[in-house]
Parts: sequence; C-alpha cells; structure tokens
Amino acid sequence: MAQKKLNWQEFFIPRLIKASGYSAILFVALIFFFLLREGLPALTEVKLGDLFAVRWYPIESHFGILPLITGSLIVTLGAMLIAIPFGIGTAVFMSEIAPRWLREILKPLVELLGGLPSVVLGFLGILVLSPYLRVFLDLPTGLTALAGALLLGGIAVPTIVSIAEDALDAVPYSYREGAWAMGATRWQTIWRVTLPAARSGVLTAIMLGVGRTIGETMAVMMVTGNAPVLAIALTSLFHPVRTMTATIAAEMGEVANGSVHYHVLFFIGLVLFLISLVVNVTASSVVFKSKKRAERVLS
Amino acid sequence: MVDKIVIENLNLQYADGTESLRDISLNIPANAISVLFGPAGGGKSSLLRCLNRLNDLTEVQTVAGRILLDGEDILDPQTDVIALRRKVGMVFARPVVLPLTIRGNLTYGLELAGEKRKSRLDEAAERGLKLAALWDEVRDRLDDPAIALSGGQQQRLCLARVLANQPEVILMDEPTSGLDPISTGKVEAALQELKKDYTILLVPHSVQQAARTADFAAFFLQGELVEAAEGKELFTHPKQKRTEDYVEGRFG
Repeated sequence: MAQKKLNWQEFFIPRLIKASGYSAILFVALIFFFLLREGLPALTEVKLGDLFAVRWYPIESHFGILPLITGSLIVTLGAMLIAIPFGIGTAVFMSEIAPRWLREILKPLVELLGGLPSVVLGFLGILVLSPYLRVFLDLPTGLTALAGALLLGGIAVPTIVSIAEDALDAVPYSYREGAWAMGATRWQTIWRVTLPAARSGVLTAIMLGVGRTIGETMAVMMVTGNAPVLAIALTSLFHPVRTMTATIAAEMGEVANGSVHYHVLFFIGLVLFLISLVVNVTASSVVFKSKKRAERVLS
Repeated sequence: MVDKIVIENLNLQYADGTESLRDISLNIPANAISVLFGPAGGGKSSLLRCLNRLNDLTEVQTVAGRILLDGEDILDPQTDVIALRRKVGMVFARPVVLPLTIRGNLTYGLELAGEKRKSRLDEAAERGLKLAALWDEVRDRLDDPAIALSGGQQQRLCLARVLANQPEVILMDEPTSGLDPISTGKVEAALQELKKDYTILLVPHSVQQAARTADFAAFFLQGELVEAAEGKELFTHPKQKRTEDYVEGRFG
C-alpha cells in the first residue's frame, strides 16, 4: 500500500512542478500576445509618423508617444545616475567597512526600505521633496523630472544595495587577505580586488535597479507633473514630464474600449515591454559573459 | 648569526577565545629558514600574522609584548602597516591568485606602491618569477589569466608575487599543503636559494617538511613555545619530552 502511494507521488509531483514551471513561460507568452493583439492595431489606425511625433493630446487625436518615451528615459537615466553610485557605495560600506553589528542593523533596514509601497514614497515626494525643489531651485513648480529622478533613485537604491552587498559578501575572505598582505590599503583592496571579483553580481544589481525604475508607476505619477513635453534638453530635468507608465495608469481607466486611444495605450505598454526585455536580455548576456570569464578566472 | 626579528613576551588572545599565544619570546635569525611547527591550534599562524600585522583585521582581544624587526617595534600603533607589509611578504596555504593575468599578479604590489614605469615592472616580474623557479614555465604566456596555471604553479606565482615586492622577510603559512611532491620539491628548492637574501619563516604542513627545511626550528603547542633550537639539534636531540614525542609521532 505504501509502495503504491509512493508511486503515485513519484508520478504526480514532478509533473506538478513541471507544469508550474511551464506555466510561467505560458503566462509571459499570453501577456505578450494580449499586448500585441490590443496594441498592434494602433499601427494601422495611426500613421507611424504621427505615432512617433512630439504631441500627445489624445482628445484631439494627437497620439505622439515620443514625449512619453523621452520622459521615461530622462527620469530613469537621472534616477540611475543617483542610484548607482549611491547604491554601490552603500553596498561597499556595508560589506567592507562597517563593523559587523552596524551591518546587521543596516541590512534588514535597507531591505525594509525596499519593501515600502511606492505610493508612500510618492507622499514624501509631493509633500516634502517637490516643494523643497521649487523653493531651492526657484522653479515655477517642483513637480519635475528631477523630483521623479530623485524619488526613483531612492526607490532603486535598496534593490541595488541588497544585491550588490550579497555579491561582495560572496567574495572569499582570502582574496582580501591576499591583497592586504601585499601592502594594499583598504581602498585599493576594494577597488582593485573585491569589486572586480564581484563584478557580475554588481552588474545584476544595477540592471535590476534599472528594471525597477523604468517600470515604476505610482511614485513617478505623483511627482513628475505629468506634462507630456518632449524631454531631450538638459534643462528638461527641471520641467514637468510624463512617463509611459504614468500615462497608461492615468488614462486607461477612462478610455473607450476598442477606441484608437485604447489601442495606442496598449501600444505604449508594448514599447515598455520591449524596453524591459532589452534591458533584461542585455543584463543577462553581460552577466552571462562576465560570469563565464569570472568562472574561468575565479573558480 | 644576526637576529632579524626579536619577539619579546608576546601575548595574544582572540575575541572569541579560540587560539592564543602565551608569553612567546623567540629570536629569528636573518638569512635562514626558521620553521614554526606543531599540531594545529598551536598558534603558529597567529604568530605569523602578527609579524605583518594581518591580525589587525581580525577581532583580537589583547596583544601585548614587543616584536622587533631590525630593532623597531612593529606592534607600535605608529607603525606604517602598509610599508611593513611590503617589507614582510606572506604566502598563504591556498594560493590566492588575484583575478588578473600572470603579469598583473606579479606587478600588482608594485603598482599599488605607485610604480608606473613599465621597464621596472617587467624587471620585477621577471626577477620574481626566476627566484620562484617559475620563469621557464610561464615566460611565453605572461598575459594569460593566472588561474589557468596548475596549483603548484599558482603557489610559486604567489611566492614570485611576494618577491617582486622586494621584501626582507617572507612568511609562509603551509605553502605546500595543497601541492604534489614534485611541486613541493620545487618550492623547497627555491627556498634554499632564497634564504641567501631573505629571512624566511615557514609553517610547514608536516614534521617531515620541518625536519627537511629547518635551519632553525621552534615547536609550538597550545599557544606555548615549547622549545626552539637549531634545526638539526631540535630534530635529533630534543631537550623537551613533549618535543620528542611530537617529532617521533607519538601524538599530533
């Protein structure tokens, strides 16, 4: 009887695991298919030249999505400029410099920060950050790309810190000892031995940070002012912008099902999907490549 | 013989209470191989790590006593630890090959010290490799990743790397524990050459290696220095019963 039960388990459990594994792929494929089905008609309904134009004013049938794409890019770029140095610096501090007790306090704190709902950070952005920016930089409004970049930078930092710190922590202690024994200072050891040895993990951390930033919706919608203006000049940082995510979130609820506007919103979703696909593929190929190299060099 | 290092009443205790050294006084002669041997946990590695202050970075509860290198107390808080570590090189049990090319590993120490002239770097790399008896094996592939070398070659590379730094003292913590007999032989032969110019402290991985290589030997047991004498003397006529028992393999 027990034998029979065992066989039953042996038969079903691996299949169950397999099914759940395949379903993940299936869901992604279905989402992609859905986006294609709802988004691609936009290409026939709006001329390509009008779609990639600079005016987004759907009520008068201007569906230029360039302002939204540039809005997303400038906010993401700004956020990464803040988050990468700050995040990696914090990770290095936690793993290499801070005493053990401090590190054991900081690590869970950073992870807690990573779990904060972004809408809460949006409050901070609206009530504290943007009024401050308005006064400090003497702008007509504090709700700018800069505010979005600062806030998103803050949101990406915990992700980067947490993963980069794990990677640094995994570098064998003997590497550091070897460098110290050669007369390397603490900083030389970090810069020339520990960080290069943890390179692939640090890159993963950065890419996940980018992913988190470009997909973030709520906080960014609350602080960037949501004006669909083409953001390609350096000064655009100090003007309101509107991101792709914020546009979809703000307008999808009020759009007539099946209308041109509806299809264009899905098309934006498709663009977003493709961008994050590119980021992820780049990340994994870079990580994969450097991992192969690292394996050759480290193992 | 001139004493390169004089250790006076050294006491050491780790914060977690594991290993410790109790009142060690020992003179290390210049231009000779001094062997620190004994069973595990005896404090040999801890002593080595005091000599280049690598213990600074572990959690040490107390260090007391003096260690004089050429008459200067290196335990003094004023000591320039970075300069000290250039002067007192160290080779570890597991070869710590840095994720660089063979050449990069060799010139790393000098580059850290601010040397930029390529001719000097190449010269130092070649000298180090020749002294470590590795030159002939790697001269044609200095730009390959160092990890591609075999275990024995890696360990000699680590020795060469230390030598490229032009130290005065070389500390070796079980440098041949992971090597086959042929590689071990090469390292030991290199040491015999090196002792003409350097002061070498070796923690061997076996009593046999201690007996083979020692000009001068010190037997450590449970953090205590039991006996120290010239190598031949100590391995043939130990004065202490405990030394005799260990050398003859009655415990360990």
